[in-house]
Amino acid sequence: MLTLQCPYCGVWAEETELHAEGEAHLKRFGPDSSDEEFETYMFMRENPKGVHFERWRHSNGCGKFFHAARSTTTLEVFGTYSAQTYEPPQEIKDKISAKYPNWSWRDFS
Amino acid sequence: MSTRLSTGGRNLNRAKQISFSFNGKQLKGYEGDTLASALLANDQMMVGRSFKYHRPRGILASGVEEPNALVNLESGPQFEPNMVTTTVELYDGLSCQSQNHWPSLEFDVGAINSFMGRFYTAGFYYKTFMFPRFAWKHVFEPIVRQSAGLGKVPKDRDGDRYEHFYAFFDVVIVGGGIAGLQAAAAAGASGAKVLLMEQGAHWGGRSMVDGGHVDGKPVAEHVAALLDALDAMENVTLRNRMMGAGVYDHGYVLGYEKLTDHAPEADGPKHRLWRIRAKQIVTATGALERPLSFSGNDIPGVMLASAARDYVERYGVSAGDRTVVVTNNDDAYRTAISLKNAGLEVPVILDARATGGGALAEEAKALGIRVENGKAIAKVKGGKRVTGVAICAQAGEGAVLEEIKCDAVAMSGGWSPVVHLWSHCGGKLIWDEDQAHFRPDTTRAPTSHDGQAFVTVAGSASGPLGLGDVLIDADAAGKSAATAAGFKPKKGDAPEGVTPEQAALEPVWLMPQGAGPKLRMKAWLDFQNDVKVSDVRLAAQEGYESVEHTKRYTTLGMATDQGKLSNINGLATLAGQLNASIPEVGTTTFRPPYTPISFGAIAGEARDEAFQPLRRTPIHDYHEDQKAFFEPVGHWRRPYCFPQGDESHADAVKREINQTRNSVGLLDASTLGKIIVKGPDAGKFLDMMYTNMMSNLKVGKCRYGLMCNENGFLSDDGVVARIDEETYLCHTTTGGAERIHGWMEDWLQCEWWDWKVYTANVTEQFAQIAVVGPNARKVIQKLGGDMDVSKEGLAFMSWKDGKLGDFDARAYRISFSGELSYEIAVPASQGRAFWDALMEAGEEFGIMPYGTEGLHVMRAEKGFIMIGDETDGTIIPQDLNLNWAISKKKEDFLGKRAQLRSHMADPNRWKLVGLETLDGSVIPDGSYVIAAGENANGQRNTQGRVTSTYYSPTLDRGIAMGLLHNGPDRMGEVVEFNKVDGTTVKAKVVDPVFYDKDGEKQNV
Repeated sequence: MLTLQCPYCGVWAEETELHAEGEAHLKRFGPDSSDEEFETYMFMRENPKGVHFERWRHSNGCGKFFHAARSTTTLEVFGTYSAQTYEPPQEIKDKISAKYPNWSWRDFS
Repeated sequence: MSTRLSTGGRNLNRAKQISFSFNGKQLKGYEGDTLASALLANDQMMVGRSFKYHRPRGILASGVEEPNALVNLESGPQFEPNMVTTTVELYDGLSCQSQNHWPSLEFDVGAINSFMGRFYTAGFYYKTFMFPRFAWKHVFEPIVRQSAGLGKVPKDRDGDRYEHFYAFFDVVIVGGGIAGLQAAAAAGASGAKVLLMEQGAHWGGRSMVDGGHVDGKPVAEHVAALLDALDAMENVTLRNRMMGAGVYDHGYVLGYEKLTDHAPEADGPKHRLWRIRAKQIVTATGALERPLSFSGNDIPGVMLASAARDYVERYGVSAGDRTVVVTNNDDAYRTAISLKNAGLEVPVILDARATGGGALAEEAKALGIRVENGKAIAKVKGGKRVTGVAICAQAGEGAVLEEIKCDAVAMSGGWSPVVHLWSHCGGKLIWDEDQAHFRPDTTRAPTSHDGQAFVTVAGSASGPLGLGDVLIDADAAGKSAATAAGFKPKKGDAPEGVTPEQAALEPVWLMPQGAGPKLRMKAWLDFQNDVKVSDVRLAAQEGYESVEHTKRYTTLGMATDQGKLSNINGLATLAGQLNASIPEVGTTTFRPPYTPISFGAIAGEARDEAFQPLRRTPIHDYHEDQKAFFEPVGHWRRPYCFPQGDESHADAVKREINQTRNSVGLLDASTLGKIIVKGPDAGKFLDMMYTNMMSNLKVGKCRYGLMCNENGFLSDDGVVARIDEETYLCHTTTGGAERIHGWMEDWLQCEWWDWKVYTANVTEQFAQIAVVGPNARKVIQKLGGDMDVSKEGLAFMSWKDGKLGDFDARAYRISFSGELSYEIAVPASQGRAFWDALMEAGEEFGIMPYGTEGLHVMRAEKGFIMIGDETDGTIIPQDLNLNWAISKKKEDFLGKRAQLRSHMADPNRWKLVGLETLDGSVIPDGSYVIAAGENANGQRNTQGRVTSTYYSPTLDRGIAMGLLHNGPDRMGEVVEFNKVDGTTVKAKVVDPVFYDKDGEKQNV
């Protein structure tokens, strides 16, 4: 059972206090989009062995959504950060690079 | 025969004799016995039968690894199957029965399977029961069901209490042997908060039996002193009878504490499940001895060498008068020495190593024990009990050199570290060629959230087996765990442990090494599941090369002991057959729990009323007083109906509906979700959330709205009221309040975070009561107050704040029944008083409450959809002819893009219609509309299904709604619904609005 620190209220919360909310940094495609764009937005998901970016919600706590960067294999958490951003903070990307110099995830690396 | 010795047994209190029963026989034991040791003391060596061949099975081990000696313990509410006798502490009055035999332990019909053994090989289930096809149901399954299985299934409710316990520690140490104690001392000295748990009742582990000296003192004295020292440390918690069941992500540990198993009369819970968060975990879990694979190694009387020694040293019980010891390592010599010192005969020690043993071997020889190097057991003789062994050269094929009479065999194939807890959360293993075992690879430990190792391994669990090395390793482990947890350990060396030097072990995977097919067929690997060397070899020949496949094909390691004894021997056999190295073959996955834990412990207090929190409306007590029949809706309990006296539920529903349609009824609608959406961008936001337009809703008005998910499917519905320019109140379904609130927050926090909107879930702040029926207005007007609820004063689909009597009320003129209806919200604290006031005011009209079933029937009579009935996560609003509620003007809303996809716009979808049976009966729930022909599976084709089906008291006939292929274009057509009994029922396709089609009644 994971523990993540909520970046809003600062609490180190364990999984029973949190709710997993799927992949992070999805770009929404609306009525004007092509079938391919919509398919990507709706259905295409990363399934990495290693570095991954996820959305979580502190659902049994402050109620805020946040992002988490972690490794699906070692369970290392590189950091949690605001939901109001289009990409991971540089500081977290640097932390990942220090451990996995050649990592990439979607357009991030 | 096995018997109680006149002296010895460090665990026993010989002053206290206690009685127990086994298969109805009254037997005696001593306080301190395990059930297994007490059975042995009564010469009850044979205790069960094996799973497949029903071979006689004796006690093989002395600890948790025991595969054979399982019993059904106690009866009635205290009944527990599959209890491992080697870990059950004896108490006065204990009663147990052996398992897996019919009709009796001594005479078992299934044992005929043993003679059929050559046909019951690896994969026999897959091979035997495939053909002919009918035979499974009529022949094989009934027989397998009769003879298979171990313990019985409990029939009564569990009569015991269980609990969960949450705890936080800096360092958790699993295993209270000499290594765990030393690690605890080292970690505790740093000031870290330490928990040390030991699965058994006694501390010190194997060292108490194996002996040796620590800092010049006998090991038992050292252990006692260490325990006293730990007990005196305030930062160290000691718990015996508590097993480390599993290690999980980020330092989560489950501890399984058996509180009253050994003392059933004591008060308090039976088991306690500790849910622990640890910064660091030390696994000092020791090692388990492996059996040797020789012909007849399963005959009762053959035992692990360490177990034979345990029974003598701990319980003063001998497994036999004459015990042959067979080994590939030095440790088993300790058993021979121990037996000899207890006055028992050891006719020979067979050491498979041509070069023989070290100091312990010399000691054994000095006691006059015959030692034969390079020798092995060709086969064990005997049926229900060992009668002798045939000796051969280990190097050969089993030519018998000599036969020796004996009634017990003590075997040792070496020791395997207990790596389970290390492996549960990703710790990797390394193959140790010298010791022939897998041990933790300390460079690849399980990692925590910070990327650092959070599990350290200590003592023989990490590989070393000598006392000196164990203490050094454990001391270092305790210190490094404390350091990693942020503490500074005290300087100082580990205590010095001294035990005799041991000669190197020699791996022996088959005895003799060239044993032919006949011997291999009786050389057991997995004793409980009857897997032999021949089975694993056959699996490999048949192409099951992956260890995970071989496991499942042969059932090796799939018994209740989960391969604690059989795994390494099985892997080595597979590797030998595949001509691969053991590390290439690898291990199967270690999964928690380490040994089975009770379901009661997992459930904890979560049973009966404490199973889950119940949500109660402010009016709940009234419903209970009226003896309402409740149904669960989410975490709420809502009245389904309010039966009067002996009235049936169906009659109650009918009465409630008739009263409401003809006069007035009350519904407790407090459970409906109420979410306030407020801010300058609230209208814009709700235009995205709902399929219809909400931004142009006028203040004071209500509008029914639909919500879809991004896949276009209908997810919730409800009435939205505009409170002021910036504020809306959104009603959701009862079950949907939290979900929809979360859904709104999701979009506000993660997509449109610059929009100025706040949401608040105020569901529980208000009691909401629907006053429904032609006399509803009269009842409300009788309350008085300043609110004008006339047709003009409060028009249909509008709302108003004001006083009704003395109550602060907000009345919505909305209707889910088709009648004149007011849904009135008052602060939750005034809910019950308001309800009572309405009941009083309505008395002259015969007012009565109605339940959720009445609500459902009335809405169905009106053709209103219900989320969860007409929708199932695959239904778009267009399927339900709700196009009128989908805005054409809006550029975007959630789900709009998805609904543009070709199969969503396909005219050939199943769509909502009303259905009337020709005979007036009620279509069964779940029925399908059948179509011509069959599908590829030989099932009838379908063209639709029923979604809501009720008896309508208003129309006195069955009515239904359903989804039908091209439904709305087929009005008047008669279709057929299937029924469970194979017949069909005919129904006419009609408009789904059965009652008051023009909506005049609700708008008066």
